[in-house]
Amino acid sequence: MKNIDFAPVLAGLVLLAVWEGLTRLLQVPPVILPPPSAIGTALVERGPLLLPAAGVTMGLALTALAISIGLGTLVALIFARIPFLERSFGPYALVLQATPIVAIAPLVIIWTGIENPRRAILILAVIVAVFPVLTSALAGLKAVDPGLDRLFRLHKATSAQRFLRLELPTAAPFLLAGMKTAAGLSLVGVVVAEFVAGTGATGGLSWRLVEAGNRLETATMFAALFLLALMGLALHAILSLIERHVRT
Amino acid sequence: MAASSPIRLSAQQACVRFGRLEALGPIDLQVQAGECVVLLGPSGCGKSTLLAALAGLQGVASGSVQADTADGADVPGVVFQEPNLMNWATTEDNVALPLALSGVEKAERLGRAQAALARVGLANFASAYPRTLSGGMRMRAALARALVNDPSALLLDEPFAAIDELGRRALDDLVLEAKRDRQLAVLFVTHSVDEAVYLADRILVLSPRPGRIIAEIVVPAVPRDPAFLTSAAFAEAAAAARRVLSAQRVAA
Repeated sequence: MKNIDFAPVLAGLVLLAVWEGLTRLLQVPPVILPPPSAIGTALVERGPLLLPAAGVTMGLALTALAISIGLGTLVALIFARIPFLERSFGPYALVLQATPIVAIAPLVIIWTGIENPRRAILILAVIVAVFPVLTSALAGLKAVDPGLDRLFRLHKATSAQRFLRLELPTAAPFLLAGMKTAAGLSLVGVVVAEFVAGTGATGGLSWRLVEAGNRLETATMFAALFLLALMGLALHAILSLIERHVRT
Repeated sequence: MAASSPIRLSAQQACVRFGRLEALGPIDLQVQAGECVVLLGPSGCGKSTLLAALAGLQGVASGSVQADTADGADVPGVVFQEPNLMNWATTEDNVALPLALSGVEKAERLGRAQAALARVGLANFASAYPRTLSGGMRMRAALARALVNDPSALLLDEPFAAIDELGRRALDDLVLEAKRDRQLAVLFVTHSVDEAVYLADRILVLSPRPGRIIAEIVVPAVPRDPAFLTSAAFAEAAAAARRVLSAQRVAA
């Protein structure tokens, strides 16, 4: 972390300056495109409203991520142990993955009941985020070195020993890559689900985004977007750190 | 070799089939404690299959194989063609793996791994990761792992084929040392005639598939040192082995 590359920082500042300059020069209405300074002001002014909302969304995303990691790894383990199940259900899992989440959302909301938006949001986010975990864990579990496999058989390793000492360490780098993708997707899933649920009951950030849009508070919308982007980056950064820690 | 040494490895009329393919046998074989038997033969003759059968990794279609587990470890030590080290674990943890899998507690297994590493000259590399070791050092670690649980027999499947000449001789010497010090029964598979003569008390030459023992060459029990490599005894045994091998090629 010592050698920070200043090029993207500089580029960002230049872009912000150009944005600020052009909106002022061309007198773009703030409803269409507010200048960065107005977005900064909105971020400060609406902070007390936006930050708790961001916390709710982040909490939901992290919960969905945790469930996805547990569920994805468990299913991968079952599939790896019983290839017949993978052959039978693998294609249907793919169908579920290929179906756009926005299309499934209304159905899930009916099932969980409109009074349980939190549950619906979690289910939807998990549906999106579980697949990268599942597929990467499955690839990882299958990547076991045949030579090591033979060694473990020679020493009559138990199923648990095999898992903890051979399969899990082999799968770890695969799993982490999948978790990184899942982290981004869990946030996407939560935001989409919050939109579709169309209720402020959970008080998430995307509801604030919709609300600000309805009021034509464009600067607040940008502020909310900025927070969402930060959250995505934070998730990615956390998992990258874990990954670096595991690799060494 | 005292005739009274206990037999550690044996095969009686052992045959291995892969589906319809007859891979090996029938084979009769006995290796005593403190004896090194080298299997020499063309590739695909079933040398490795015989080794796998003795290690309990491969079932026999008929006959029987036995690895004595009277004292010490319950499986023979095995060194495969590749070092097969876990790249996420230190050398020490790699060597201690057989002990960990048989439930030896941590302090004891690390102590024994340390001792095993010291015997193969890797005492200073206990906490190194495999990727930082040279090919020869990785094989030393694999040898240490095969010996860490004090087996009564050691099986080696063309283990040093990828190692340079000098490194290979050093590894061969480690095997001979372990054989002498622990009265190990050693069964060594190789396709190198020179390595076979250097290591063996007896060389068994196998025929092409399905492998059968077609010749036994007894190598004189003289000290294995650099002088042996240029001795008449060495040349004679090597020539005998080559004669059998090339006679096979003509027949095939």
